[in-house]
Amino acid sequence: MSVVNDTVDWFADSSHWSGDDGVPHRLVQHLGYTSLTVLIAAAIAIPIGLWIGHTGRLRGLAVVSSGALRALPTLGVLTYASLFTGIGIKAAIFTLVLLAIPPLLAGAYAGLESVDRQTIDAARAVGMTEWQILTKVEVPLALPLIIGGVRSATLQVVATATVAAYVPGPGGLGRYLIDGLALSDYPRVVAGSVVVIVLALALDGMFVLLQRLALRNRPAAVRTTA
Amino acid sequence: MIEYRSIGKTFADGTEAVGDFSLVLPSRTTTVFVGSSGCGKTTLLRMVNRMVDPSRGQVLIDDVDIATRNRVELRRSIGYVMQNAGLLPHRKVIDNVATVLRLNGVGKKEARDRSYAVLETVGLDTSLATKYPSQLSGGQQQRVGVARGLVSDPNILLMDEPFGAVDPIVREELQTELLRLQRDLDKTIVFVTHDIDEAFLLGDQVVILKKGGEVAQVGSPADILAAPADDFVRSFVGIDKGSRTLHVEERDGVRVVVDGTGKATGVLESS
Repeated sequence: MSVVNDTVDWFADSSHWSGDDGVPHRLVQHLGYTSLTVLIAAAIAIPIGLWIGHTGRLRGLAVVSSGALRALPTLGVLTYASLFTGIGIKAAIFTLVLLAIPPLLAGAYAGLESVDRQTIDAARAVGMTEWQILTKVEVPLALPLIIGGVRSATLQVVATATVAAYVPGPGGLGRYLIDGLALSDYPRVVAGSVVVIVLALALDGMFVLLQRLALRNRPAAVRTTA
Repeated sequence: MIEYRSIGKTFADGTEAVGDFSLVLPSRTTTVFVGSSGCGKTTLLRMVNRMVDPSRGQVLIDDVDIATRNRVELRRSIGYVMQNAGLLPHRKVIDNVATVLRLNGVGKKEARDRSYAVLETVGLDTSLATKYPSQLSGGQQQRVGVARGLVSDPNILLMDEPFGAVDPIVREELQTELLRLQRDLDKTIVFVTHDIDEAFLLGDQVVILKKGGEVAQVGSPADILAAPADDFVRSFVGIDKGSRTLHVEERDGVRVVVDGTGKATGVLESS
C-alpha cells in the first residue's frame, strides 16, 4: 500500500507541478512527440492508403508490410535506428513513426474499401473525375474509419513515446519512468504511468467525439421512419 | 443517333461479353436491350458513356466515334440511371440531383432551382428534397435517380435495369411515369432489362439478346410478336407458353379475350 500512498504524496507535492521536470512541462513535451510522430506518419501513410484503396493496387503488399511493421520490437528498432541517426530524438521519432504507420495505412485503405462499389460506379457514371470521386465521395464516406486509424495510431504512440526518454533529449513523460527506475523511486514511476494513462484516455475520448462528428449527417445515424 | 459498329468486348479475365454486335439506335426513340444475365446487355449500355470501352469496333454518337471524346465530359453529357439508384448516401436528395449540374459548371443557385424543378417533373414531393437517400423508399430513391439522369437535359438517357429492385406495383408506376416523361421529353433512351414485358411496354425498338451479345431479333414489339425469328425468341417472349396467343370467346354477346392457358385477360371492344 505504501507505493500507492507515496504516489498520492508525489502528486500532492507542488514541486512536481512546476519547472522543467514538472508534470505540465513533461506533458507538453510528450504531446509534442506524439503529434509530430502522428503528423509525419499520416503524411506518409494516408496518401498511400488512399491510393491503395482507390485503385485496389498493391493491397496485398500493404497488408503484409503493415503486419511486419506491427511485429517490430520498439526498443530494438530504437537501438538499431540510433546506429544510423546517432543516439537522440531523431531515432526515437523514426521508431515511433514506424509504429504509427500500420494503423494509419489500414484505416485509409480499409475506409475506402468500405465504400459501396455501386456508389462509386454511379459517381463515375455521372461524370466525376477520379480525383472528385476520391475527395467528394470516397474520403467523406470513409472518414470515420480514417479517423479510427488516426485514433489507434495516436494511442499507440502516446503510450510508446515513453521510449523517447531512453535517448538524450527533452524526454517527455518517459523521464519519470526511466529516471524513477534508475533511482528505484517507484512512486515516481507509478505517477508517470498514471499521467500517461490519463493522457491516453483523454485523447481517446477526443477521438470518439471526432468520429461522432464525422458521422453526423450520415444516414445510418439519422435514419428515421418518417 | 447511336451506332454500334462491329463491337466486341473481351474482359481482362478472358470472358467474352460481346462477340460481334452492330446496331443503329435512332434518335428520340427508346431502344430496349433485353436478355438473361450474361447476355452482355449492361456491357453494351455502358459502352455508350465509356464506362466500358469496347475491345473491338466503334461506338458512334451522331457519327462521332466516342473513343475520340474525353470520357468524363462524355459522361456529363449523358444521363445515367442505374439499379438501386446509386445515390450518394452522404448528400441530401437535392444535392444528389444538383451534383450533375455542378459538375457541368452550373452555378449553385441555378443548379438548386433546376433540381427542384426536375424533382417535380418526376413526381417527387419537394419536401423530400432535404432528406438523405436512405430516408426514402426504394421507389422514391429510383425517382431521384431518374431526376438526376434528366436534370442536365441530356439528349441521351441510359437506364440500366432502373426498376429491377422495386416491388411490382411501384415498378408499374415508374414505367407509366417514364412513358409519360418520354412523350414530353423525346430523349434517345437506351434501356436494359431482363423483363420482356417491360421491354415490350417501353421499347420502340426491342433487341433480344442471347449469350455473348448475339442478337436473336431486333424489331418493334409488334414485329417480334408477329414474326418471332426462332424458337429462342418464341420461348423468350412467351409465345410457346400460351400467354401471348389470344383468342376471343363470346359470353352473352360480350367478346372476352382469353389467352392460350384459358385465362381471361380482357374484353374486346369494336373500334
